[in-house]
Amino acid sequence: MFARTAWLIFRKDLTVEVRSRETIATTLFFAVSAVLVFAFALVKEGRVVADAAAGILWIAIAFSGTLALGRTFERERYTDTLRALMLAPSDRPAIYAGKLAAVLAMILAAEVVLVPLVAFLFDAAFLKRPAMLAGLLVLGTLGFASVGTLFAAMLVRARSRDVLLPVLLYPITIPVMIAGVRGTAALAQPVPDQPMALFWLMLLAAFDAVFVTLSLWTFEPLMVD
Amino acid sequence: MTIDFDRLEIDGVTRYYGRRRALHNVTFSCGAGEVVAVLGPNGAGKSTLLAVISTLIAPNGGEVRYGSHTARSAGALLRHRLGWLGHELQVYPELTARENLQFFARLMGVSDENAAVAAALASSRLESRAEEPVSGFSRGMRQRLALERALIHRPRLILLDEPFTGLDGPSSDALALRLRALAQAGTLVLLATHDVDLADQVLDRAMVLQSGRLTDVVAGAGWRQAYRAATRREH
Repeated sequence: MFARTAWLIFRKDLTVEVRSRETIATTLFFAVSAVLVFAFALVKEGRVVADAAAGILWIAIAFSGTLALGRTFERERYTDTLRALMLAPSDRPAIYAGKLAAVLAMILAAEVVLVPLVAFLFDAAFLKRPAMLAGLLVLGTLGFASVGTLFAAMLVRARSRDVLLPVLLYPITIPVMIAGVRGTAALAQPVPDQPMALFWLMLLAAFDAVFVTLSLWTFEPLMVD
Repeated sequence: MTIDFDRLEIDGVTRYYGRRRALHNVTFSCGAGEVVAVLGPNGAGKSTLLAVISTLIAPNGGEVRYGSHTARSAGALLRHRLGWLGHELQVYPELTARENLQFFARLMGVSDENAAVAAALASSRLESRAEEPVSGFSRGMRQRLALERALIHRPRLILLDEPFTGLDGPSSDALALRLRALAQAGTLVLLATHDVDLADQVLDRAMVLQSGRLTDVVAGAGWRQAYRAATRREH
């Protein structure tokens, strides 16, 4: 029943997004704009500040991901459908799992455009190790989205939720961001430093295990009390 | 595995929001087949009481018993027997009427989903608009759809928070008739409302809340005076 509920919510969120295209359009527009501004600021005469590409990629992911997190729960708040989901006769953390999967899918979809754009504008070589880069992106985005989904759900009835979400989210996800940036930077070297990238990948997997477990554990008490 | 119940007992329920007491020692009971109103002025605690009964918020004191079960003992199984219709209608405007009903039927674990959806579309008189997005529906059409969404799993207890708000005369009368029919079929209907004229058509009993306290429980014609007295005291 847990997996079925999570799947239903995931599929519903994607169907709604395909119809409205609100989240993916705003996320992508913001991320591409941020990357373009950084490209004009940091690339001079074809030369780029060392490791800038990795930092800019993860900044764009974090900022645009925050927009996606806010939008996905704004829909549930606007029609009060979160209350209807909470009344489903299944374990309530399944709601969290379904929302997390949908947010993750939307941010990853934006990254499909974002990563080649950053690689092109900053002449970054991290696309030479696509499997390792995909691992870093998926695990880093999962770590960021797992905490973000929990906070976005918690704040759904708070008046100043748009301000509070980044204030709460960014300090807690700093370890994920650092691991993502350092792992991606290791891959962006002229000779990719694979052992270093693997180290950061393993660290991200550990962060994810902690964040996802804690979020599943705390979702129902936070939402009910 | 399913559970069922034929009585709802609210026993000394207290709920705080921070330091503000929204409900104070509320005790009340009702049975299947009854339509019971929760009346009271704004801020009396009506919505909080419905939210506690629906298991969406936990009480700080006292407990709610659903037959021999509590929210804690029955867990997710209990929610299979509860339905909720709020002032916000809890349907997705981007999805069609059929998709909304299908989604909630699956979510609530309805066994014969297609039959349940077809019956719900017929009851809401939306069969001809079933494939249209809900965003194009009028308030009355959304309300009919939302009621069927809340009833699609045949709950024993249906909770309605201001269900008559925004409805025109015929739609309100139709809703009142539907609630009466549900009670006759053995559903316990609990509604919070301000609309004393419409409530008059469907009520068996009313509980009057004021500043979080249960001040009166009345049957028949007496509830109207009790409600007016509570509203006057508040002002």
